[in-house]
Amino acid sequence: MSIKLEEPLTRAAVVAPFDVEVIAAPKKEARALRSPMFWLTCAPLVMVLGWALFPSLFSGFDPISGVPAEKFQAPGAGHWFGTDHLGRDVFSRVVHGTSQTLLTAGLAVSIGLVVGTGLGLIAATAGRAADAVTMRLIDVLLAVPGFLISLIIVTAFAPGPISLGVGVGIASIASFARVVRSEVLRVRSLDYVEAAFMNGGTYWSVVFKHILPNSCGPVLALLAVDLGVAILAISGLGFLGFGSPPPTPEWGLLIAEGRQYLASAWWLTTLPGVVIVAVVILLAGLGRQLHKIFRL
Amino acid sequence: MAAYIARRIGQALLVIWLAYTLVFLAVQLLPNDPVTIFLSADAAADPATIAAMKAQYGYDQPLLVQYFSQLAGLFTGDFGYSLASGQPVAERIGAVVGSTLVLASSAFVTAVLFAVLLVAAATLARHAWLKRLIINLPPLFAAVPVFWLGLVLLQVLSIQLGVMSLFPDGSFASIAVPVLVLAIHVSAPIAQVLLKSVDNVYTQPFVDVLRAKGASPSWIFFRHVLKNAAAPAMTISGITVGTLLAGSVITETVFARAGLGQVVLQAVTAQDVALVQGLVLLTATAFVVVNLAVDLLYPLLDPRILKSGTHGAPRALVA
Amino acid sequence: MSTNTSTPTLLDIRGLSITYGTGKDAVIAADHLDLELKAGQIVALVGESGSGKTTLAKAIIGLLPDSAHIAGGAVELAGENLLAHTNKQMQEVRGRRIGMVPQDPGASLDPVKTIGSQIAEVFRLHPQGHKRSKAQLRTEVIRLLELVGIDTPEQRIGQYPHELSGGLKQRVLIAIAFALEPELLIADEPTSALDVTVQLTVLEVFTKLARELGTAVIFVTHDLAVATDIADRIVVMQHGRIREDNTVREILRAPEDPYTRMLLDEATPADFRARTGERAGAPEVPAIEVVGLTKVYGHGKTRRAAVDEVSFVVRPGTTFSLVGESGSGKSTTARMVMRLLEPTAGAVKIHGQDVTNVQGAAKRDLWRSLQLVYQNPDSALDPRYSVSRIISEPLENYNIGSKAERRTRVAELLDAVNLPSRMAELRAKELSGGQRQRVAIARALALGAKTLVLDEALSALDVLTQAQILRLLEDLQVNQGLSYLFISHDLHVVERISHDVGVMRSGQLVEVGTTEQVFGNPASQYTRLLLDSNPGALLREMANN
Repeated sequence: MSIKLEEPLTRAAVVAPFDVEVIAAPKKEARALRSPMFWLTCAPLVMVLGWALFPSLFSGFDPISGVPAEKFQAPGAGHWFGTDHLGRDVFSRVVHGTSQTLLTAGLAVSIGLVVGTGLGLIAATAGRAADAVTMRLIDVLLAVPGFLISLIIVTAFAPGPISLGVGVGIASIASFARVVRSEVLRVRSLDYVEAAFMNGGTYWSVVFKHILPNSCGPVLALLAVDLGVAILAISGLGFLGFGSPPPTPEWGLLIAEGRQYLASAWWLTTLPGVVIVAVVILLAGLGRQLHKIFRL
Repeated sequence: MAAYIARRIGQALLVIWLAYTLVFLAVQLLPNDPVTIFLSADAAADPATIAAMKAQYGYDQPLLVQYFSQLAGLFTGDFGYSLASGQPVAERIGAVVGSTLVLASSAFVTAVLFAVLLVAAATLARHAWLKRLIINLPPLFAAVPVFWLGLVLLQVLSIQLGVMSLFPDGSFASIAVPVLVLAIHVSAPIAQVLLKSVDNVYTQPFVDVLRAKGASPSWIFFRHVLKNAAAPAMTISGITVGTLLAGSVITETVFARAGLGQVVLQAVTAQDVALVQGLVLLTATAFVVVNLAVDLLYPLLDPRILKSGTHGAPRALVA
Repeated sequence: MSTNTSTPTLLDIRGLSITYGTGKDAVIAADHLDLELKAGQIVALVGESGSGKTTLAKAIIGLLPDSAHIAGGAVELAGENLLAHTNKQMQEVRGRRIGMVPQDPGASLDPVKTIGSQIAEVFRLHPQGHKRSKAQLRTEVIRLLELVGIDTPEQRIGQYPHELSGGLKQRVLIAIAFALEPELLIADEPTSALDVTVQLTVLEVFTKLARELGTAVIFVTHDLAVATDIADRIVVMQHGRIREDNTVREILRAPEDPYTRMLLDEATPADFRARTGERAGAPEVPAIEVVGLTKVYGHGKTRRAAVDEVSFVVRPGTTFSLVGESGSGKSTTARMVMRLLEPTAGAVKIHGQDVTNVQGAAKRDLWRSLQLVYQNPDSALDPRYSVSRIISEPLENYNIGSKAERRTRVAELLDAVNLPSRMAELRAKELSGGQRQRVAIARALALGAKTLVLDEALSALDVLTQAQILRLLEDLQVNQGLSYLFISHDLHVVERISHDVGVMRSGQLVEVGTTEQVFGNPASQYTRLLLDSNPGALLREMANN
């Protein structure tokens, strides 16, 4: 409210409408959706989603049983990512491992999104006491590293993708809660939200018609970025052996297995890692683009 | 000033207490108690052994007694006992934490320096393409898994080039490379936040006034913008304590270093919930202490913090 | 143009063209500008936003944003072409030969450095041969602070910007600009963020220093009244071109350009047109009646009355204005009248009905007859919504009419606020500020509200747009019998639109009366001070003759 008490600054960007008839420039939003950068980011991600849904379409080799005669082949036209100690095609293992990694990361992000959004909404709309309590709770979630939360769950419930997903998910609650809270606080202090109440809007109609649509941009962006963060965390824990047991081809596990052959077969560790880096970067890029598209 | 410090310390204690309570509740919510979980892999464990062990570590006490005795322990540095070895958690961790602290703190200092240098380079770069290149580095660093970067560096430096050994031998490279790997990972969020914060500061009119005074770009950046932009970067630096710990565990594993990493792996493999619980509390305490320090540093950076603003009435959601 | 051959030309701008952006999106911000400035002369650049006045000022001091591109021309300072200077050479010029006083004093000082260090910085940046000791710097800084009329300078140098008021901050910035006694000073709307009374004192300090030191000044402003008060010469700009360039006297006496004439018309005080007292006869129910309205924040030591026992009446079909400087409590009063803020004490009656304690459905009913128009047209409309959806939202919320009927109603309302019907399908963010404000007014009228509270509703708009909206408000008042509670800090606009005026200061209503009384024969000391501070003395003088 302090803003209202101050005199207006002429800095407020107002275009001089000398002529009332002037109609403004074309829509910016449509342009952002049509930008090649957006599709260059999306296309590979769609392909990775394809790997997860229909892995056999992308690789003809069996990910579990290999051809011993073809072990330790360097990357080439036949085996793009080479073969491992059992003669299994590494590219095929990466492709088939996608669903495992994505499902676990998806579980984690869903937990973060649902619980985090709930907490953020409560903090932003349910009064000062609720805000204080929720914010302290978020402080606690920040104070206990996600890595350790995952470890408690893995220790208690035995290693596995669900334990991992839940652990990483709990760790991501805090960031969702913070973003949702600050966005809702920002949007609801805008004049048009107050105006909506004065024009007969009820609490829920205003929340659904004005507050949520105008605050979802940063949340969507975080969703993309956080999916990348979850993939990183899950592959790290998988690397330590806390994910699915072998021979399931999970991305972190693939790299852990390749570690024994660091001296003789570099591709076993390097190439699956490149895929992880690429996917995480693309997700972060998607997050940035979403942010841009929704920013008005 | 005194009120500010008192409030911050109070909040810190509150967070430690909440963290302890939540972890305690979480352990109670597990389908079994820590002793049963620990002995579940052991076929030879009969109910009598379980009961004896429960009695030994106090798990047979009523919940409230357990809650308060463990809470009291926190203040005397007692973080419980490892079920696997019977050692106190603090002792078990104390034996190896030094090496991890060296790794983590050197990595942290390197990361902060690296982030500041990177942001300075991006801000002061003369060419737009160079600037764009530098700005894209932090997202790249953030996307690189620590364990993978460690393995690739080992592969290149040790196997291809032979400039470092595969195992720690006390040489400079065997210390510097793990620190670097961890620092790159930790610097990414700090650099990203600092970049954004610096960009925000540059949109403020006082920067134009500095230019109009005849200040050079580097004068403006180092003498004014950096200090103004520091607060959010400090906040995120405090929050990276968690990342730093997770990264240390993984880095230690990759480079076969002694440290907390080993303890963590053993604790999880042995399903030693008590040890993990102790680890969590210890880290949470470390996190809160570091962040308290950050909070107490803010007023040195920004004199406005101590002046608690009275901003009239907040706008309530009408209805 | 007045040509005084004895003083040398200081600044000579020839054919300066500047564009923003590249390719198809390029916008021409300055189009072959020519401007000449003698040493010691004060020139005001006047124009609306987007006229290119700030671009021109920034080009002179070499601080154009990266997106700007100088397409041609020359900027010569005492014979040297500044456009040919390297960055390093320009750093030497800035601060030493060309100074700048910025627009927004609130954010123009580094918040984390002391006042003293920020003034001393100018000397450190331009040591010019001799290095000053700490004690010497301190003496210099204190001398400068005294020069701009800041009391107890020894204490001030250790303070941080947030401990100073806006007027004091602007004085510090003036001290910085004059520190090295530059030949030329660029002042970019230096007082537009300040209250009128503060504006007056700051302008006095500024012009006095410039005259004494013989500094030439380029004074950028949107306010023709301020320009006529302080400048020797006025340059009127529009759409990146110079429309007219002449001495103040000549421009006031015989403006040549039609655009200048329009600006002048808007800036000259309006006659009262005998608006007051026209309905004195029949007994009438007031549109708004406020009795002893009070709002207190904090308690104990921090207790502060933002609004203190305010009472007034808005007669139906008339405009009542609340004027005051920032922090006077006028907007808080408006929000209490709207029932958006709970009063601590007092009563609010709308159309004769006491609404001080209405809640829930009754409050919603109140808003069908009483509506608010906001200051900032950017945030008043949901940017995702189309114009027609914004205007029909209240109708939908109350389930009024069928779809077709609502469409007719939207068309009617658009027509009432003089917007073409084809705008109905545009999104709010595609409209200009003035168009958005029209849409906001249309929305406020959708449910047939008879009384509008206009909270600084014109303040974010340019002069000519303000005039258009003012005319619209007057038409609507006559045609639909609307009553307005008009909140403003702008005396000029208030004088023009109001039937009755209330003057507020630190939460109290210090004077109430008809516009004629308050402006013609103010009873309170404060009102007189406000009126005297109002820029445009010369304009009023000319208008009265």
